[in-house]
Amino acid sequence: MINFSLKQLSKQLAAKKISSVELTQLYLDRIAAHNPVYNAYITVDAKTSLAQAVAADALIASGGAQALTGIPIAQKDIFCAKGWRTTCGSKMLGDFIAPYDAHVIEQFNKAGAVNLGKTNMDEFAMGSSNETSYFGPVRNPWNQNAVPGGSSGGAASAVAARLCAAATGTDTGGSIRQPAALCGITGIKPTYGTVSRYGMIAFASSLDQAGPMAKSAEDCALMLNVMTGFDCRDSTSLQREVEDYTRHLNQPLSGLRIGLPVEFFAEGLSDDVAARVQEAIAQYQKLGATVVDISLPNSKLAVPVYYVLAPAEASSNLSRFDGVRYGHRAAEYTDLADMYEKSRAEGFGAEVKRRIMMGTYVLSHGYYDAYYLQAQKIRRLIAQDFADAFKLCDVIMGPTSPSTAFNLGEKGDDPVQMYLSDIYTIAVNLAGLPGMSIPCGFGHNNMPTGLQIIGNYFDEARMLNVAHQYQLATDWHSRAPL
Amino acid sequence: MSLSTADVQKVARLARLAMNDTEIEAARAQLSGIFELIAQMQAVDTAGIEPMSHAQDLSQRLREDNVTETNQRELFQSIAPQVESGLYLVPQVIE
Amino acid sequence: MSWEIVIGLEVHTQLSTHTKIFSGASTTYGAEPNTQADAVSIALPGVLPVLNKGAVERAVKFGLAVGAHIAPRSVFARKNYFYPDLPKGYQISQFDLPVVGMGALTIQVEPLSGNAKPYEKVVRITRAHLEEDAGKSVHGASQGMTGVDLNRAGTPLLEIVSEPDMCSAAEAVAYAKALHTLVRWIGISDGNMQEGSFRCDVNVSVRRAGEPLGTRREIKNLNSFRFMQQAIDYEVQWQIDQLESGRKIHQATILFNPDTGETRAMRSKEDAHDYRYFPDPDLLPLDITPAMLDAARAELPELPEARRTRYVNELGLSAYDANSLTSSREMADFFDACVASLSPSPQSSPASERGGERENKSSISAKLCANWLIGELSAQLNRDGLEMAKCPVSHQQMSGMLSRIADNTLSNSGGKEVFRTLWAEGGEADAIIEAKGLKQVSDSGAIEALVDEIIAAQADKVAEYRSGKDKLFGFFVGLAMKASRGKANPAQLNEVLLKKLAG
Repeated sequence: MINFSLKQLSKQLAAKKISSVELTQLYLDRIAAHNPVYNAYITVDAKTSLAQAVAADALIASGGAQALTGIPIAQKDIFCAKGWRTTCGSKMLGDFIAPYDAHVIEQFNKAGAVNLGKTNMDEFAMGSSNETSYFGPVRNPWNQNAVPGGSSGGAASAVAARLCAAATGTDTGGSIRQPAALCGITGIKPTYGTVSRYGMIAFASSLDQAGPMAKSAEDCALMLNVMTGFDCRDSTSLQREVEDYTRHLNQPLSGLRIGLPVEFFAEGLSDDVAARVQEAIAQYQKLGATVVDISLPNSKLAVPVYYVLAPAEASSNLSRFDGVRYGHRAAEYTDLADMYEKSRAEGFGAEVKRRIMMGTYVLSHGYYDAYYLQAQKIRRLIAQDFADAFKLCDVIMGPTSPSTAFNLGEKGDDPVQMYLSDIYTIAVNLAGLPGMSIPCGFGHNNMPTGLQIIGNYFDEARMLNVAHQYQLATDWHSRAPL
Repeated sequence: MSLSTADVQKVARLARLAMNDTEIEAARAQLSGIFELIAQMQAVDTAGIEPMSHAQDLSQRLREDNVTETNQRELFQSIAPQVESGLYLVPQVIE
Repeated sequence: MSWEIVIGLEVHTQLSTHTKIFSGASTTYGAEPNTQADAVSIALPGVLPVLNKGAVERAVKFGLAVGAHIAPRSVFARKNYFYPDLPKGYQISQFDLPVVGMGALTIQVEPLSGNAKPYEKVVRITRAHLEEDAGKSVHGASQGMTGVDLNRAGTPLLEIVSEPDMCSAAEAVAYAKALHTLVRWIGISDGNMQEGSFRCDVNVSVRRAGEPLGTRREIKNLNSFRFMQQAIDYEVQWQIDQLESGRKIHQATILFNPDTGETRAMRSKEDAHDYRYFPDPDLLPLDITPAMLDAARAELPELPEARRTRYVNELGLSAYDANSLTSSREMADFFDACVASLSPSPQSSPASERGGERENKSSISAKLCANWLIGELSAQLNRDGLEMAKCPVSHQQMSGMLSRIADNTLSNSGGKEVFRTLWAEGGEADAIIEAKGLKQVSDSGAIEALVDEIIAAQADKVAEYRSGKDKLFGFFVGLAMKASRGKANPAQLNEVLLKKLAG
């Protein structure tokens, strides 16, 4: 049952082979048994989840079930869910009970899905290993000494360890795709503006985008059907026709043009990952695709640009955490300034403080043009590179991450080494394009490797088709670490 | 490029982060390393390039001027560190 | 060596929308603390701003009213600083791309002292931009603590920035008043200064004639024209004293204390100058379409300046009268309505009547209306502390009375009595005239008989008058008025008396 696809689970529920309550309890039991090891969840609330499952069973009985009704979904702890503790992986929000629902949560509630719990994450989504969480690191189910990636590391770990049917994540610079790759699951970050950011605690507003993390492309398509849609409460939410992301899944791939950016196969990519990605490309050619070399000449600047823009936005987005209206307030202080400084110093972890300081610095007087403005200009060059590339190909493929999962503590104290682990994913966020990662085999130490698929704006259905056809031809996605 | 201790102190102060000397020094070293990485940007000629703030070139949607929110003070203040008579309390503000 | 004063104003006017600039929370003034502080107002994690159309429309109207360039595309930025009344830790404001660009406002300056004559001046408006208001700090809410009320947080503001074109407190006050009139006139703000809907920051510097601009100090948050004048006067003198005693002026933000009449520097914030502005990624660029411009233009009423010019050129009013009547749109509309019902309309006037005569007549009724509105009506409003909008006498009632003065049915003093009755009890002029017997005697036979009687009874005084004691004329007028119980037409009475006394 735990390896069933969402479609299969839905059929089981519809056929009354299992109830939502039973399915939810099954996962709750697995969480109780395994979460102490993986630490994939920050908050589990069995009572609330089961109450939702009871309601879902009633809905199924009444014949009102939709695709995800009754299915237990893990929610990244970045989404405000009314009545749920919502921490964003931070001590700052350690006791924060969200008084409202994020749009994504509303959508799952409307679909009759069960909220199984809030998954662990890097603090305020800042990290690539889940080691910055105030609630402790998450373990990679394929090797407990390895990181699951980040920032949606809890979600990736939970999906891989079968501690949920599917999960939500968010991706600002690779936070869905990189942990998906490192944990051997499928994840997609849709076009910026496709999923409402309302109620999703902001890291870098112009880059943040939510998306699903699941066992397969087909599951991701079903999840996207629920998560997407226009929301008037988010000014950057796009007003578009509702689409069914499963509609192209079964199309053949003959004639598909795959662009391979030379920059993604250059120095810095580990041999095992390179080999698995090449094998995946070969598989695609067998499926009828053709390959074309492309260039994204400015992509090497994506990391520096990102580490100007994202911290700049974050430094401002995180100013609201001041200990006045909610969140952590220091126990002792001498005056207002001291209250602010101590509350924030105590509430935020080292990486968050580092990024706030970087952002504050690049925006401060005298540096704005050299850093922020220059980064915004290069951002346009990077987006233009993709626009040029998509004249030559339908999708772009390459590695998701330069290596398989590294060990906990391995990157040590050097933030720059950590930042470079998102080297292939960041440019996609800067351009606002959709990107996904699918499992494509195993590298050294039998750790999963990920193939990144980048599509043009609003081409999610096509990308899911491309991923699904590969998953029909291979079984990497159905391998589980159990 | 490398940052001075004074730069880091100024930034910590602007960002309202209490930091002791050890933390300032650690941050200075790390931030200097990061800014070395960032310095790659400076070599790029961006003359005539329009800065990009948003992924899509769209314009702001406008909301009708209708009241949609109701009073939720009790709920919102149930998670506040310190309130009294409906007010959020903070250490005395001196103008 | 004489000193020159240089003044520029930044005016924050709250826009009269129902809801906040970035959320659907009510902006009603005076609600219980934090009951209008919704999720966006208190900046809960994850909430986002969505721009209020009503705020944009009002900003555009203002821009058109001051003849400004309206930016086809403007941008919202974040101004970052920490303060308890600023829940997000940044204020959303327009920075380098404001919606309203350079415009101008013509002001009428009445010098405050000396015998200088009133004059007109054009003050350039640098820009006007949309932004959100902060909440309010309530001091002493609890022992040693400050309370924060976020009801006001997110109220739309239009910040109107002038060029430093004013060179006296009188000019600054005249500009602020003209702006205050304008924003209410075009219906974008209630302009209520007690409630903080119209707040002025005044930048003041002084320099010796011919020298470059001096260092300015900014007086924050003045919410009365009287305080503005006092604050500027004090500040100018203080700066001159400093400079004359060899000290320097340092740029500073200062507060005016109305109790002491003095200004003092605010507790300095060392990082106040580093606001780390950057475009707000949560908001897209604001595009003003030609359709929006047309719609705003169509809704704009005739503006105060145009109305003032019309009153002078077409109705022959003095500049002073025209100015007083255009101090508010309600007053000007009231005046227009009175003049319209008193003046014969072109259609109904006899074809034989020449244009010039008609103009003359309408000018006479305009002057009559102006005198009453600026005089009796304004005085009564003042006495009762009422705004023109709350005037208990309607323009129909007022013109009913004024038309009886115009046709000589009513004397001026009789008019005052009718007006007082209209004010206190309501009713209609003709009925009051009838009930109180205020109809003026204009029957020449009756007046002549009355005068004859007095001349007969006062033979001695008549003799004195005729021997050259002209001053006695008033005595006869008094007697005659008394005899008519105040109803004799004064002009007619004078004429008859003069004739009969001459013998």
